[in-house]
Amino acid sequence: MNRRSIVAAAFSLGAGVAAPSSALGASPKLRVVASFSILADMVREVGGDAVDVIALVEPDADAHVFEPSPADVQRIAKADLVVVNGLRFEGWVDRLIQASGYRGRVVVATRGVTLRHIGGEPDPHAWQDLAQARRYVDNIRAALIAASPTRAGEIQQHGDDYLRRIEALERSTRSRFARIDPADRRVVTSHDAFGYFAQAYGVSFIPVQGWTTGAEASAADVARIVRQLKAQRVRALFVENITDPRLLERVAHEAGAQVGGTLYSDALSPPGTPGDTYLRMFEHNVATLLAALQRKAP
Amino acid sequence: MTLAQGLQALHAALIQPYVEFGFMRRALVACMALALSGGPLGTLLVVRRMSLVGDAMAHAVLPGAAIGFIAAGLSLTAMSLGGFIAAMLVAALAGGVTRWTSQKEDASFAAFYLMALAAGVMLISTRGTSVDLMHVLFGSILAVDDASLMLVAGVASISLLVLALVVRPLLVECFDPGFLRAVGGRGGWHHQVFLMLLVANLVGGFQALGTLMAVGLLMLPALAARFWAYDIGRLPAWAAGFAVASGYGGLLVSFHARLPSGPAIVLVAAGFYLASLALGSRDSLRSRYLRGPRHRIA
Repeated sequence: MNRRSIVAAAFSLGAGVAAPSSALGASPKLRVVASFSILADMVREVGGDAVDVIALVEPDADAHVFEPSPADVQRIAKADLVVVNGLRFEGWVDRLIQASGYRGRVVVATRGVTLRHIGGEPDPHAWQDLAQARRYVDNIRAALIAASPTRAGEIQQHGDDYLRRIEALERSTRSRFARIDPADRRVVTSHDAFGYFAQAYGVSFIPVQGWTTGAEASAADVARIVRQLKAQRVRALFVENITDPRLLERVAHEAGAQVGGTLYSDALSPPGTPGDTYLRMFEHNVATLLAALQRKAP
Repeated sequence: MTLAQGLQALHAALIQPYVEFGFMRRALVACMALALSGGPLGTLLVVRRMSLVGDAMAHAVLPGAAIGFIAAGLSLTAMSLGGFIAAMLVAALAGGVTRWTSQKEDASFAAFYLMALAAGVMLISTRGTSVDLMHVLFGSILAVDDASLMLVAGVASISLLVLALVVRPLLVECFDPGFLRAVGGRGGWHHQVFLMLLVANLVGGFQALGTLMAVGLLMLPALAARFWAYDIGRLPAWAAGFAVASGYGGLLVSFHARLPSGPAIVLVAAGFYLASLALGSRDSLRSRYLRGPRHRIA
């Protein structure tokens, strides 16, 4: 998908050079660079035909340890609008923007979200709560309209439509989780990116590793989590798309629990797979969690 | 503190982690298997003055493992096979250059392993999902599954049997330079077999410890053994003993001090080396500069 959008961007650039007066017909597409795949999908939903979106961190890749390439600098330099998550989620992006010489607007999608904190630092993974995701959409829509006022009506319409779909998913998610006893809503993941999800839907996520995916686990950490799983009788463990699955399988085996499936946290899955858009990703996570929790219920 | 309490504390510190946790036992068994074949292999590398060749070969595993990963994901078979083929290719090319030109073996090894290393790093970075592969390259001794354990144990068993067949020509070659000249340098078939065993052990080891740490468990115990063993027959036994003790101690350090396991194991091995350097019975700093009662020159 990304390669296709690069080609599309290159094509529109080429067309712009070849026929500078083509803007007379339809207004040109807004070139938007989003820091990672989930934001890019939101921009695509809200902007529709009015935008060309590129994600710097591609689906299935980890934004925590992303290493930008010179091509990424060029993409930002040529962008009309840059969208980032903020809250230090993509620590590399400020330097990248500075290096590119980009002077346009940088939209921080998390502006105005209700923050939760981990150890004094704000938790950046706010998209894991659909209510916060609506703030993302508001921020993105306002920025797109400001950057492309001629297509304001269209963008407003797409945004309304998208917000309605998010609200519908939010309602169904709440009612589906409400049917499960809060004491049974205990799962383990390999990465604590689900703080907002936990808060919004009353699910306890117990992490295996610490705060970042970069740290190597010690025997003490693994022993602690095995003891904890046994003591709390946690039955479901989830492998994310970005962490070593073998360690989690080892822990599950050891504690007599089951590996419940894949939850997507910080990245979409590649096109054509169950988590290739933000809403599909969220729905997949909810369905996977519910399946595991209901299997556990007596 | 009574004797019973003391014993209990000792049991809790040294044995209980292995009794309570299966992953600790698996990690220990993997280390023991690596130690048993690594002892003789490391010793032969040292006496053949190829101490750095182990390091070079470990880097040469990288591009093959990366290709295996790209082709088949986190597949033990694909990555092991890829790593083995790549490292053997590097060994064959380096050996060929040494035979056909006047360049020394260490020089041609350096050239080809650097090539392999750069190719490996490039393959990994273009793949995008570097995190999975990083876990594999830095190993996860705590996540050793049945397949990895079988691989490590199988490699160790076969290595010991094959070494029993080729150890005589290998040793004659390094202690009898006339014989070495007569057979035309290191071109003998036993040298190729030896390199093949070395690569097989590194491939087995990198599943458990990662490419770089596997070399640590191979070389450091063999180097430490040189300060204790008085004849070539006992060197491998000392080396394997140090390696087993490093695995056992390193895992306990990781368990009690909450440190990452791979580096902990190698640092314990390094501790044995430094202690042997200072206090060993043969050719150590102690026996050289503080005349001990049993000073001997071997």
